[in-house]
Amino acid sequence: MTATSPALELRGITKRFGDLVANDGVDFDVRGGEVHALLGENGAGKTTVMRIAYGLTQADAGEVLVHGQRIDLRSPRDAIAAGIGMVTQHFALVAPMTVAENLALGRATGLRLDLDDARRRVADAADRFGMRVDPAARVENLSVGQQQRVEILKALSRDCRVLILDEPTAVLVPGEVDALFATLRSLVADGLAVVFISHKLAEVRAISDRVSVLRRGRLVATVDGDTNERELASMMVGRPSFGVERPSDAGPELREPVLRISDLHAAGSHGLEALASVTLDVGAGEIVGVAGVSGNGQTELVDVLSGMRAPSSGSIVVGDTDLTGADPTRMMAAGIGRIPEDRHASLVGDLSVAYNLVLERLDDFRAGGRIDGRRIREHAVALIERFDIRAGPDDPVASLSGGNIQKVLLARVLSRDPRVVVVSQPTRGLDIGATEYVRSQLLERRAAGAAILLVSEDLDELLALADRLVVLYEGRIVGEMPTTGVDVDRLGMLMAGRGEAA
Amino acid sequence: MIFFVDLIAATLRNATPLVYGTVGETYSERSGVLNLGIEGTMYAGAFAGFAAAWATGSPLVGLATAIVVGLAAGAIMALLTVTLGANQHVSGIGLTIGLIGLSEFVNRLIFQGGDLQRIEPMSTLNPFGGLGEIGALFDQYALTWIAFLLVVPVAWWILQRSSFGLEIRAVGENPEAADAAGVNVTRTRYLALMIGGSLMAVGGAFITLALLGSFTLDIIAGRGWVCVALVIFGRWRIGRGVIGALLFSLIFSLQFRLRILPEFSALPFELLLALPYLVVIAALALSGRNVAYPGAYLKPYRRS
Repeated sequence: MTATSPALELRGITKRFGDLVANDGVDFDVRGGEVHALLGENGAGKTTVMRIAYGLTQADAGEVLVHGQRIDLRSPRDAIAAGIGMVTQHFALVAPMTVAENLALGRATGLRLDLDDARRRVADAADRFGMRVDPAARVENLSVGQQQRVEILKALSRDCRVLILDEPTAVLVPGEVDALFATLRSLVADGLAVVFISHKLAEVRAISDRVSVLRRGRLVATVDGDTNERELASMMVGRPSFGVERPSDAGPELREPVLRISDLHAAGSHGLEALASVTLDVGAGEIVGVAGVSGNGQTELVDVLSGMRAPSSGSIVVGDTDLTGADPTRMMAAGIGRIPEDRHASLVGDLSVAYNLVLERLDDFRAGGRIDGRRIREHAVALIERFDIRAGPDDPVASLSGGNIQKVLLARVLSRDPRVVVVSQPTRGLDIGATEYVRSQLLERRAAGAAILLVSEDLDELLALADRLVVLYEGRIVGEMPTTGVDVDRLGMLMAGRGEAA
Repeated sequence: MIFFVDLIAATLRNATPLVYGTVGETYSERSGVLNLGIEGTMYAGAFAGFAAAWATGSPLVGLATAIVVGLAAGAIMALLTVTLGANQHVSGIGLTIGLIGLSEFVNRLIFQGGDLQRIEPMSTLNPFGGLGEIGALFDQYALTWIAFLLVVPVAWWILQRSSFGLEIRAVGENPEAADAAGVNVTRTRYLALMIGGSLMAVGGAFITLALLGSFTLDIIAGRGWVCVALVIFGRWRIGRGVIGALLFSLIFSLQFRLRILPEFSALPFELLLALPYLVVIAALALSGRNVAYPGAYLKPYRRS
């Protein structure tokens, strides 16, 4: 773009964690006035290389240059002084403190705490970039989108000239993404250099001037922002990805409802009502997707359906069996299989794969009061084969990768041929290979006639798998629609609680 | 009337070491470190302050010595828990055992277990002596005046209103965020622990230098542990912690006075002695539910 040296340049960055090479000689640069995306799968090393640029991680080799000057980064303090700001994926905000206090943190010298200065900077940013946020609000009371704005403000208030955003859209609903992009465009117009880390092709194409693709810690290529999606995807995964999608046949027309939830209410952890008047049928051979921003009752819904949380009123019926208020054992006996979002909490890390696979049905593996280790092992060997788990039956689950842990959970649940599958965030944190496998397994259950309730924050996943979507907002179903021909803008408005305004 | 004036005066006097200890422990815990070395730090402060005052004849030298010992105790605690990332419970209890043992050892070396040595205790200030009976209320040691009029407001202001206090609270709530904002987490925790340690040691030294003018074994008698409870009672707020200290001290002072009344002669005195501790337990049980601990409480910080 310009002939001057880049705002930020990384040369030959290498970082190892034990045997794992997270970054292998990565070169990257970003200039003032451009958005340079860093694209790659989970675990490709995107975050690591940018944590190095921000001084949060120390590189084993390579150098960082700012405007052509080599700088020594030992902590974020050095990076901030060099004009580099970063919005990490987990926001680096102190939740019980106010916005102004968060802005003031770390910048003061001596004892004086200048909150007025922080307030002025908030007002200034509101004028210049249209980012509005109340400086007196406590961060814990802000929405995720607002918290992200505070993070960007924090970086700007340190006069950063390079802004690194790590997966900034992962936590946002579609409307908020548009607002973020508008902000980024005005920042770039102001001469800022923006690094945009993402694994979402469409977003990368929408916002970036240039795209660098990382795969397994190596830089594959740096290309123009308008490179087509197929090409970017094949660079990212090293092969063309076809994705796993629900067959368009839409299954049998008249689906007999298997899971019937009516007028369900339940209290959340803080005693407030987390679910209100939830009524929902899921038919045989149907996947119903539950969309919504996390914290709107999804966790409670899954807990109630698996017997981990008692509903305060309403009913849950599977087939002809009333399961309202039943314990997990009865729920499972009636044919509900659950794959909760916290997969680590559903398995015992210290126990072997074989034992984890039978945890929910130990009674079937008893021989006269004793646990039949030989049969458990045989059972495990069969499931490892069938579900392509890359581990031995005696390996402790804690030693497995995320994808294999999820496969263990899938195997445990799906091998029992459940009539109803309640599954939450099944592919969160998994790489493309494991994601495709998990999705294909769910579709296989659908083909076999199971009723599947799929809770996910990943809209692409819901759109790819579900036949029908319901939107949860503040514990209520605020919208329902077929997936085919869905209006994503309307979906975003519903998720943001603006159903009526749309 | 005399009874009440005397009771309140004693309450303020007896609350003084608790106020220093509670403020000191609050600083440590707000930075994310539970300092169970407090009992030993107060003990070492009491002994070192006394020994230095005895050797030099100057209570002020004694006080300065106690402050240095407290800074060192805080630094050791920081070395163990911040630099080495050791378990805070084990480190703190180890520090307490070590400091008590060391104090008693040096006590033997210097005083050979002979007769109880005494120093001239610090005198009291009584600016309102002309007020008669009520004036006795203000007949307090300088360290008591300093505790309530200087240490508490200044400590509160620094913690709640200064940038250094913001940094202490931030490293105790979310050290990752503080680090990313350019705050030196290690340095902030060291400073918080050292300031806390010096306050604890002054609290201990108050007992030997002012209250008693002598050092005896088991002189702290669990006051450090009481401070740990008071910090939780105060929900990590200096003001509420001080109120807790006054409440404890009031009951503590009251039971001393009740014991000598004929009406209470039938009651075993051990029961009265236990009263303030029972009240602390009851207060914690009632107010300690759903308390929001500092976010990084007990967690060492390591950059990944």
